[in-house]
Amino acid sequence: MTYTPNSLRSGPDERGHFGIYGGRYVSETLMPLLLDLEKQFEKAWQDPAYQEELAYLNKEYIGRPSPLYFAERMTEHFGGAKIYLKREELNHTGAHKINHAIGQVLLAKRMGKTRVIAETGAGQHGVATATVAALFNMECTVFMGAVDIERQKPNVFRMKLLGAEVKPVTSGSATLKDAMNDALRDWVTNVHDTFYIIGTVAGPHPYPKMVRDFQSIIGQETRAQILEKEGRLPDKLIACVGGGSNAIGLFHPFLDEPDISIDAVEAAGHGVDTDQHAASILGGSPGVLHGNRTMLLQDEDGQIQEAHSISAGLDYPGIGPEHVWLNEKGRINYVNATDEEAMEAFQLCCKLEGIIPALESSHALAHLARIAPTLDKDKIIVLNLSGRGDKDIFTVADHLGVEI
Amino acid sequence: MSRLPKTFERLNREKRAAFITFITGGDPDFETSLKILKGLPAAGADIIELGMPFTDPSADGPSIDKAAQRALASGGSLKNTLKMVAEFRHDDQETPIVLMGYFNPVYTYGIESFSTDAAEAGVDGLIIVDLPPEEDEELRGPANTAGLDVVRLITPTSDDERIQTIVDGASGFVYYVAVAGITGAQSSTAQIAGDAVQRIKKHTDLPVAIGFGIRTQEQAREMAKVCDAAVVGSAIVETIAADLDKNGKASVETASKTLEFVKSLAAGVRSA
Repeated sequence: MTYTPNSLRSGPDERGHFGIYGGRYVSETLMPLLLDLEKQFEKAWQDPAYQEELAYLNKEYIGRPSPLYFAERMTEHFGGAKIYLKREELNHTGAHKINHAIGQVLLAKRMGKTRVIAETGAGQHGVATATVAALFNMECTVFMGAVDIERQKPNVFRMKLLGAEVKPVTSGSATLKDAMNDALRDWVTNVHDTFYIIGTVAGPHPYPKMVRDFQSIIGQETRAQILEKEGRLPDKLIACVGGGSNAIGLFHPFLDEPDISIDAVEAAGHGVDTDQHAASILGGSPGVLHGNRTMLLQDEDGQIQEAHSISAGLDYPGIGPEHVWLNEKGRINYVNATDEEAMEAFQLCCKLEGIIPALESSHALAHLARIAPTLDKDKIIVLNLSGRGDKDIFTVADHLGVEI
Repeated sequence: MSRLPKTFERLNREKRAAFITFITGGDPDFETSLKILKGLPAAGADIIELGMPFTDPSADGPSIDKAAQRALASGGSLKNTLKMVAEFRHDDQETPIVLMGYFNPVYTYGIESFSTDAAEAGVDGLIIVDLPPEEDEELRGPANTAGLDVVRLITPTSDDERIQTIVDGASGFVYYVAVAGITGAQSSTAQIAGDAVQRIKKHTDLPVAIGFGIRTQEQAREMAKVCDAAVVGSAIVETIAADLDKNGKASVETASKTLEFVKSLAAGVRSA
């Protein structure tokens, strides 16, 4: 892929920074590995054999390209812009996470690693990692907060069926950030044979770039598909953002199109003005955690605060560094949706389209509900339906007061 | 010049390795922690590493992680850690103190004001475990200007080229992390660690400390034979933890028991 100079798509710089964000803030033990990983990734990315294998697995194993579906009933319901859903929930394992898991496991194989580890919140990235580990016959350990294990039981069972060991994390708030700490601890201890498959566009360089490049297939397909269906590019893109991998995947190939407006939806939990949310850009401040400088939920002493979202996958006190940079550049509008708004949107999507969306994606749908009616009927919105909601039925039932 | 080179020069004349002890500032509470801190030199500590508590210490094992959570739960903070150092300096102007921790609290405090406040409190050096040479420039400038040494880490994964990168810009001493892993993990052998120290010494005249995995008097003695300083952390922190009641509260004996253990380790280093 060729980039034009000064393009919004040309980051990060050679040291892994997006402006002042990103970088490599890790213990020295990991530095030689990260420097090597960066080289190996660049080499693999340029290697036709690697690209061929990736393309084959994307098509035959994941089921790509995922459809770009015209949501006719939703469009009628809102009475404004035409709504298209990028159906990442139809991927094998039910979310976009498999896109970067496949890419990373291929890299692990090339680097001669025999074991993969991952952290997971909702369990989608854990399932994706367990899946590719099974496919490539690698030992797999997934770190998951004890709280998340409780609220995402079906995914825990899936990981175990796939042969992965799920390690409960009880330190701190026992959620995603703590799972990432334990994964880093494991990695630094087993650095010789272990590849850390990071589940979002965060962590030390080259992960934010690497995961973005794997996920950018979402936006690349969307470009081709919308040109075929509508003969032009969309007017607006919408995606939910926790760490930000599905969002950057859809957005990145469109960043240099100034006429396309882009909205990323953070999880506002009980509201960004409360202390119960997961909106790192809207409610956080700059800091350094988990290998990168980014926006974090933290107190005035620099201690990390617990995030809250009804969606375990968005429940992280940080966000990918490229998002923070794109926010500062004013290229992406960061907005928010609360637990309640996401729940409403979840139910609406089920009823109107016969699609059970992930609670993560429901945050994007909640924002869509605000935006679509305000746009003219000739406008086009593409929303990334990043995952399916089967995993969330227990949380939803609980919220609705239904026993299942 | 910070107190670090003076201390290493003195120990060099005495022909023995330094004994470096680690505790987390504010663990389990400010008063007990200060009492332990003040007692460390008399118990045999030549240099003190003082942990700045952080919610997410991802390079540390369970013992030091729990120590940080205990400190935070009892009101520990970066400000209070500096306050501890200032109070320690009322009675002790000799023993170097090196703050150990993660970058985020320092960054949030403000690098310039942190450097001057730390130097004013009586801090001599900094070990920021998630700040590799590639990222530590923004701290090193202000810290060095304020008179603080920035100690860098070398690990079993560092090759010769990497060691050179690390020692260029390090000051005070360099810290050899004897195992690729988290604090409190399996220990290395004195033989392997000693070989690494010799390799490092080809690149620098700075004293080389060895840490990670030293838990007993005997291990302290063996390691002290092959390096300029032996660091003990998790084992001391575990001694503090062992005396706490089920609510994590210290007893009247917590400090004295901890210092007794430190004495036994110091004897190991001094007999090397």
